[in-house]
Amino acid sequence: MNDMRQVERTVDTGQHKITAKNVQVHYGDTHAIKDVNVNIEDKTVTAFIGPSGCGKSTFLRCINRMNDTIDICRVTGDILIDGEDIYDKKVDPVQLRAKVGMVFQKPNPFPKSIYDNIAYGPRIHGLARNKAELDEIVEKSLRRGAIWDEVKDRLHAPGTGLSGGQQQRLCIARAVATEPEVLLMDEPCSALDPIATAQVEELIDELRRNYSVVIVTHSMQQAARVSQKTAFFHLGNLVEYGETGQIFTNPNDPRTESYITGRIG
Amino acid sequence: MPLAWLVIIVLAIATAGYVVGRSRALSAAGGNARGLHSLPVYYGANVALKIIVPAFGIMILWLLAQPWVIERSVATIIPDSAVAEGSNRGLVMAEVRRTASGIVNAVASGEMSRDVAEEQPGDLEEFTQRLKDAGQVVTSTLSAPVVAAAQRYNVLSATGALYMAGLVVLASLAGLVFGISESRPDFRARNVVEQGVRALLIGAASIAILTTLGIVLSLVFNTIEFFRLYPASHYFFSLEWAPSFSGRGGSSELGVLPLLWGTFYISIVALIVAVPIGLFAAIYLSEYASHRTRAFAKPLLEVLAGIPTIVYGLFALLTVGPLLVSVFGDGGLLGVDWQGGGRAVITAGGVMGIMLIPFVSSLSDDIINAVPQAMRDGSYGLGATKSETIRQVVLPAALPGIVGAVLLAASRAIGETMIVVLGAGAAARLSLNPFEAMTTVTAKIVSQLTGDSDFASPEALVAFALGMTLFILTLGLNVVALYIVRTYREQYD
Repeated sequence: MNDMRQVERTVDTGQHKITAKNVQVHYGDTHAIKDVNVNIEDKTVTAFIGPSGCGKSTFLRCINRMNDTIDICRVTGDILIDGEDIYDKKVDPVQLRAKVGMVFQKPNPFPKSIYDNIAYGPRIHGLARNKAELDEIVEKSLRRGAIWDEVKDRLHAPGTGLSGGQQQRLCIARAVATEPEVLLMDEPCSALDPIATAQVEELIDELRRNYSVVIVTHSMQQAARVSQKTAFFHLGNLVEYGETGQIFTNPNDPRTESYITGRIG
Repeated sequence: MPLAWLVIIVLAIATAGYVVGRSRALSAAGGNARGLHSLPVYYGANVALKIIVPAFGIMILWLLAQPWVIERSVATIIPDSAVAEGSNRGLVMAEVRRTASGIVNAVASGEMSRDVAEEQPGDLEEFTQRLKDAGQVVTSTLSAPVVAAAQRYNVLSATGALYMAGLVVLASLAGLVFGISESRPDFRARNVVEQGVRALLIGAASIAILTTLGIVLSLVFNTIEFFRLYPASHYFFSLEWAPSFSGRGGSSELGVLPLLWGTFYISIVALIVAVPIGLFAAIYLSEYASHRTRAFAKPLLEVLAGIPTIVYGLFALLTVGPLLVSVFGDGGLLGVDWQGGGRAVITAGGVMGIMLIPFVSSLSDDIINAVPQAMRDGSYGLGATKSETIRQVVLPAALPGIVGAVLLAASRAIGETMIVVLGAGAAARLSLNPFEAMTTVTAKIVSQLTGDSDFASPEALVAFALGMTLFILTLGLNVVALYIVRTYREQYD
């Protein structure tokens, strides 16, 4: 657990980017998320930890309304981004998802070229006026995704031909290309080897300068390494939320302590 | 003894063997099934196998060999003088067989006594008349050698059948004894049965493959025969299809090109109808429809595939044809006079397109469903709408499979007959006008073989050449379809 001291814990802004109030999620008859209240800060990496099935991914998917694509899922309560309720009728979930990017557990590049993978978002949102601008966006995103040097000579090769770690960084670059304000990551390293994981973690720390990053992870070491704030979920409840250092060294709740010391999970 | 009785006897012995083998194995293990290598049923099945396999094997081989052996022995008693001018030994042998079965049937129906049937007839006229009275097919007065050969034939058949029955029963009893003696606790009956199951499955697979092979070979030989009678250059390059039905003059023009063009044109029209509608239906069903809608809409669409094609043909002839004429015909809605009659390329193509919709939609729907959800999530996560996701991510990922589905539908369209016969007419024509009647390879195969046809004439044999052409075409399409599907499938897993 010494890793956790490597990351500076200063949080630049105290501003709340995302606020969740009394959020409940039901899948059919299952009550998956029970009364979650949380304030996620801007330009911060927030980690969600907890045992499998505790609802952390479900909650993450509420933040960009990805749960709308599941028929039986019902979300109640309020989630505000920049003070605006994203479950309001006026909000277009498609627009919201452009603002709140998402990276998935398994790298899922589209069956297209590397270039087209990155250009996909900018094209559908009309972010580039011409080819030159699009080229620029693609290069900038690939650089942000820390993969530019590896792929710059084969931008038109299929994205599915990259290695797992490269694919995941490509997916991060793809999410970054639409210029989101929040980046949600659902166990982005679970399919990667340690070296690729290290690269992605480094990247996450870089991304913190521009975005509010929320990451779901099963690895407590990873949470400790990359995040400034940590939320511990257990059985659909948000048990404890606070500074990462404090959660890992001096948790308030006995359940958190049991989990991080490996007694439940 | 009829064959059915023999089969029943063997099966009865096998059933007895099953029961005995099972109980013997059990008693050998002291009534405790745990003491056996295999479950008791396997010992029973082992005994049954040991009875059935050799018995039926002998039966099948004997039935295949017997007619051949008997004919060879009977043929020797027909003198060359009995073979009439302009005839040959084969025809005489056919008469012998006919007479032989006639005698057997006459005896069975009581028209002829057994003695008369077996003795050399004094009066051939009377003998023939008796057979005729018994309702048997006898054309002219039988000659003495033929009757003698037929009687010999019957005697040999009866003896053969008796020997076979004896041998089969003996083989099954031997199998029974052998199987029972094997039923010891340490005998690996389960493995033997496993081998039996394996042999059964291999047998089923080889029957399917050998049948295909047989059909292809018969096509090939008849095609070769056709090209011996008719020049290949005319068949492949002549622009005219004009078989002469009087036949003998050799004045027929049998060019395949007008037929291929008709096939191609009608299939294209069918695909133009079926592919967009089928694909859009598939997209709706797999991406937009709720579970409940899908649960009844998909089977409903697939009902279309269950309608016999002749019904589609009627639909083309009686409904779609007149409807199209009332739009494109003289005095129609559009005020043009493009279409003279209901039978036209567009009628057959349109109806065939409707028939193909479920093929395209059902296959495409499965393929679209197989695109990983992660792809869609990735696209939605970037703020794409549903149709953007489908157009730019799901369809490209599913494209190879969809192409495969379309090619399968195309080979179905090429092989379609009844809709063409009823909807497109019978005139072989090289024309670009979709409102004209045309015909296809399949429809012409039917018309060349219906009615009285002389199977030695090029007019009839051309059907095999056409069939071969069609077979190669659809085979080629299927190979291309499979190749496309296989090559691009793994890419998205």
